[in-house]
Amino acid sequence: MSTHEPFQYDTTILHGAAALDEATGALSIPIYPASTYHQKDIGARQEFDYGRSGNPTRKALEETLAVLEGGKSGFAFASGMSAIHAAITAFVKAGEHIVATRDIYGGTYRFLTGFLSKFGVTHTFADTTNPEHTRAALTPSTRVLFLESPSNPLLKITDLAAHAKIAAERGIITMIDNTFLSPYFLRPFTHGIDISIHSATKFLGGHSDLIAGAVVTRSKEHGDAVRYVQNTCGAVLSPENSWLLLRGIKTLGARMKLQQETANAVARWMEKQGWVTRVFYPGLPNHPGRDILQREASGFGSVVSFSVDTTERLRGLLKRVKVLTVAVSLGGVESILSYPARMSHAAMPAQVRADLGITDTLLRLSVGLEAADDIIADLDQGSAG
Amino acid sequence: MTQKAACHLDTQLCHAGLCTDEKTGAVSTPIYQTATFRHRGPGLSTGYNYSRTSNPTRGVLEQAMARLECGHAGFAFASGMAAVAAVTALLKPGDAFVASDDLYGGTYRYFEKFARPAGIRVSYADTSRSDLMREILSKEKIGALFIESPTNPIMKITDLRRISSYARANGAVTVVDNTFMSPLLQRPLLLGADIVIHSGTKFLAGHNDTLCGIVVTRTPRLSQRIAFVQNAAGGVLSPFDSWLVLRGLKTLAVRMDRSQANARRIAAWLCRHRRVTAVYFPGLAAHPGYALHKRQACGPGSIISFRMRNARMATAVVRRVKTISFAESLGGVETLITHPARQTHSDVPEQTRRCLGVTDDLLRLSVGIERCEDLIADLKNALE
Repeated sequence: MSTHEPFQYDTTILHGAAALDEATGALSIPIYPASTYHQKDIGARQEFDYGRSGNPTRKALEETLAVLEGGKSGFAFASGMSAIHAAITAFVKAGEHIVATRDIYGGTYRFLTGFLSKFGVTHTFADTTNPEHTRAALTPSTRVLFLESPSNPLLKITDLAAHAKIAAERGIITMIDNTFLSPYFLRPFTHGIDISIHSATKFLGGHSDLIAGAVVTRSKEHGDAVRYVQNTCGAVLSPENSWLLLRGIKTLGARMKLQQETANAVARWMEKQGWVTRVFYPGLPNHPGRDILQREASGFGSVVSFSVDTTERLRGLLKRVKVLTVAVSLGGVESILSYPARMSHAAMPAQVRADLGITDTLLRLSVGLEAADDIIADLDQGSAG
Repeated sequence: MTQKAACHLDTQLCHAGLCTDEKTGAVSTPIYQTATFRHRGPGLSTGYNYSRTSNPTRGVLEQAMARLECGHAGFAFASGMAAVAAVTALLKPGDAFVASDDLYGGTYRYFEKFARPAGIRVSYADTSRSDLMREILSKEKIGALFIESPTNPIMKITDLRRISSYARANGAVTVVDNTFMSPLLQRPLLLGADIVIHSGTKFLAGHNDTLCGIVVTRTPRLSQRIAFVQNAAGGVLSPFDSWLVLRGLKTLAVRMDRSQANARRIAAWLCRHRRVTAVYFPGLAAHPGYALHKRQACGPGSIISFRMRNARMATAVVRRVKTISFAESLGGVETLITHPARQTHSDVPEQTRRCLGVTDDLLRLSVGIERCEDLIADLKNALE
């Protein structure tokens, strides 16, 4: 695998891994729909023998993911949740314990509380904005520290370097859900994190047209453990979606930069609106943890959460917006407005949501590639009346 | 790629595009969704430069079609009409061009609205009449002959061997639209034709999920000319659709076996129905050209046209079918019923249609691979 060192990151995105067909020179890697491969000789090892174990198109994507994160091994999965499933189950067994960020995506919350607990793996949610709270949650059987930063939907910031240090002292494996910033803005391995996970459906894919997950490991050993689960459980990404994802990644830099710029303008405009009671965006000067993010990441991303004054306002806004799409998901080229309490975090009990601040007047906006003026005008007309 | 020419056609079909990727051994052909190809250095092309000119996935389909039709080279186009247009481009202004008079409406439209204004002297003849064709081909120099056999929708049969020999003596290029038969049932190049075309959308792809046109040429000279047109005019098939058609070819034999068996039973059933006044199906002993078709093809296929007592009854049938879909197109796994006069042949002038018998009482059935009992039950209900 080539390293991205000689390039600026924007160039790495396009040329970092050899996603090119050597035999024909095709600039786009071929889509290999094959489920199996003709084996030339019994016992002779060949790179590909079965599509679940390996596929040339998926391999090109997986190498690209590893290069983008600066890791040793990359893995593509059928969804973000199957990526989380593989990363976690590769390292924990019954009787072991996980500490996870308290303010976390509802699907991950469901996985830890509803699914993994059935297999004897226990968990504690910690407010990871304070490393001391995390330290207090650790037990002798803690095996994995699962972080989400900026968190979903309140964009709370976790100090990655501090957490990597705490975990390293005890031999705990650190993982981060890097979906919100993508490797374009945040490369967790440079802060000592072991494993980076993505819902590649979001910014990496970027076009709201596929479901995919990614796991990248800093070390080869961790990679081997994830590969074992990927092949054993088999939630692999299809060749077609692997190709689409590679296609989306080509414009990751261009999209992230513009979306961040627009998100910043929208967040600053929101701050001045009487009907907006609070804006959560790490790019705002008063956002808690902004200094940490400035140190550890090169950008603030383009997800903005905000609270409105009344539930009537919220309902009216969701009904009246025209430029914004009201939907689940984020990270696409189109701006998506979602209602966490009823959508992304519906899997969380109401009491837990209330404790976290995921109230019935909170909205989450994933800013897309539309002109900032149009997004603002849409929010303005949607909030009126 | 190993030589498969010695195998039976059904084996060749299910092996279409099998293990074409030497590098990985992948059993399914890779989809090269790429526009262009990197050169290793100046003058060092890999053989691929730009996907309009050639694309590895499309190439596998094109080779498979050339082998299946026993031709020299195959060419895949974005639709059956793009294939017709590419073949017609071999003609120059002033050339005489004779086509079967009973002909797919889209082909007729192309000949009338594109070829004729381009200076091609288009005329139509009943190519099933060998004596008439001999006369036409002995009178003047003809550029090309365009034959459908069986014709769409009246299922007339042309003696391909005989007409091709007349055409060869004349110097005319014989083009056969083999869409209704597929190479599984009929291989016109082995009967003396020069070019075979297909709407690959139909039996070749077989799932009503992609458009495709195919041209297969007999000689290197014709291949060169079609390759030039394909690259210059650029109506090529996409890599993904090329792969879908390859995927469809693998089941062509089983699909055709089943749909043809269904069609034989349905045709016999229709013949006995009191509201049906005529059934056009080359598998019926009473069909004109039955013996000829049996000689030059190995099956009647699965398209049946039939005539109701009147137009009102025909309209009622398309309204009342449930299992069968009322839709244009044919050759897919699902049974479709078409009202040619109003759909596929609406571009043919009414006077011409009336002469040919493509009137409002005529229906065309493309029999699919459903259970025959269900299709007959549906027709029984719809015809009452």
